Amino acid sequence: MSDPILEAAGLTRRFGGLAACDGVAIALRRGELHALLGPNGAGKSTLINLLSGDLKPTSGSIRMKGEEIAQLPPERRSLRGIGRSYQKTNIFGGFTVFENARLAAQSRDPRSWAIGSDAGRDPVSRERAQRALGLAGLDAGTERKAGALSHGEQRQLEIAMVLATEPEVLLLDEPLAGMGAEESARMVALLKRLAGTHAILLVEHDMDAVFALADRITVMVNGQVLESGPPAQIRASERVQRAYLGHGDG
Amino acid sequence: MPRRHLAPLAALLLVALFPLSGATFYVELTTKIMIMAIFALSLDLLVGWTGLVSFGHAAYFGVGAYTLALLSPKAAAAGMWSSLALAIAVAAVCALVVGIFVLRTRGIYFIMVTLAFAQMFYFVFHDTDVGGGSDGRYVNVKPDASILGFTPFDFDRPVHVYYVVLAMLVLVFLFLQRVLRSPFGRALSGIRANEQRMRALGFPVMAYKLAAFTLAGGLAGLAGWLLAAQSGFVNPEILSWHQSGNVLLMVILGGAGTPYGPIAGAFALTLLHELFSTLTTHWQLWLGISIVLIVLFMPGGLGHLVRRVRASLFGGGRDV
Ligand SMILES: Nc1ncnc2c1ncn2[C@@H]1O[C@H](COP(=O)(O)OP(=O)(O)OP(=O)(O)O)[C@@H](O)[C@H]1O
Ligand SMILES: [Mg+2]
Repeated sequence: MSDPILEAAGLTRRFGGLAACDGVAIALRRGELHALLGPNGAGKSTLINLLSGDLKPTSGSIRMKGEEIAQLPPERRSLRGIGRSYQKTNIFGGFTVFENARLAAQSRDPRSWAIGSDAGRDPVSRERAQRALGLAGLDAGTERKAGALSHGEQRQLEIAMVLATEPEVLLLDEPLAGMGAEESARMVALLKRLAGTHAILLVEHDMDAVFALADRITVMVNGQVLESGPPAQIRASERVQRAYLGHGDG
Repeated sequence: MPRRHLAPLAALLLVALFPLSGATFYVELTTKIMIMAIFALSLDLLVGWTGLVSFGHAAYFGVGAYTLALLSPKAAAAGMWSSLALAIAVAAVCALVVGIFVLRTRGIYFIMVTLAFAQMFYFVFHDTDVGGGSDGRYVNVKPDASILGFTPFDFDRPVHVYYVVLAMLVLVFLFLQRVLRSPFGRALSGIRANEQRMRALGFPVMAYKLAAFTLAGGLAGLAGWLLAAQSGFVNPEILSWHQSGNVLLMVILGGAGTPYGPIAGAFALTLLHELFSTLTTHWQLWLGISIVLIVLFMPGGLGHLVRRVRASLFGGGRDV
């Protein structure tokens, strides 16, 4: 097994008395799609926020390619190659669809500080934005205001913005939630393709999608890792059956 | 030429021809308004574009004005171009230093901390002798505009000053419009809309805000320099909190984040002020009431009203 790109150990975050994330260890490798499962309130989004830097850990370490990054702010982590999407759509509703993706792409461009040129005509960020929108299946109608898109399209844009920053590590918080069947199938295919060259952490409630995609699965309950391993191991785990998978069927 | 430029160009033509009327009092009043308009445009870079409501912008305006006053010898003229460049630079550096502290706060705290820093500047000029204390200081001889022996205009002639200020207003406006469309300006708009998302995308938000704060301070310094050059006098009132509130009101009244809003706000507020102070002794009350009404019924400011009127005249034209 290759060395992990992103690795957390003993990762803990408390909100008052509640440990939303409690001593979590997780490793993400290039070429691997790692699914994160758990009931509502298990701490999945909290873990993503800790890895992306949106939240600072109470304790624990996060290493990216061997370097400690747990104290770095989110923008520095993003520039190091960590991209994330949000569970609750987090786009620039007042901007056009294209401008959302273009701005995301601009973040990688040293000319992002230029004050004399017309951003809308910048070929580099335009091309990156176009490519990311295409991958997410949003090529048409990109001059619409993002706030006017359907819920499913906004979810696609959320992904396009992450892709436009061309990250190595993708932290995706329920990207399929709210998508129609067709977009969902398309997104699953995209994730499968991206998994070949990226390290992906995918939070997803859709079991079919998870077992179709995941190389590894971690199950969280009450802020702690209950079980972590290949899909077959998770499927066979009695603890997981009892604590989580059982809920759905019974 | 797009139709949406028609009304502003007509207004510009009107303003450009206005001195032909020979009404010196109004020429000087309009000059002052245009200086305030530059000041308001600089503040709108923070309020309207970056989402930073600064209640201390008069500090940099005052620093620009005092720079000229302090550079002007008692019986000789300061060079226009060098003193102007220095006024912009000193104001920008002051904003940079203050920005490092105030930009750590947000919301109501940002408003209060910017005010507190501006008060520090006020007291430096009010309570020490650097700028003549509370009496202020005269610019005895107006700055000298000569370039390599050629003198394009004379600051002792109000009409010349009028056109210099008008030219500066147009230049600052065009410059800021260009900045708004640039990658830097787009990043500021993104920060205003959603700072958290911008950080997750990799934008060093703090550095962008600091750059905007510095740029806005420099442009306020330019407006301050013009004020000192026009009036030939500076005193601490230029950087008092009234002045910071006044310019903030211009921006909000005219419509923050709209291209012409701050200019419209500068004209509207100054003219309302003139109107009420000549009509009634209770002018502050009436001014206050009209401002409250305008803000209540036109939350987007005057710029919003103009756009609505234009939309109904020409059909749904949109800007931005
Ligand atoms: N900012 C916060 N302040 C206080 N408590 C929080 C905060 N964020 C999350 N929590 C709590 O931490 C726990 C974990 O929340 P989290 O959002 O990580 O769960 P999740 O696994 O993503 O759930 P879901 O499947 O519903 O998205 C919950 O009990 C939640 O109420
Ligand atoms: Mg969640």
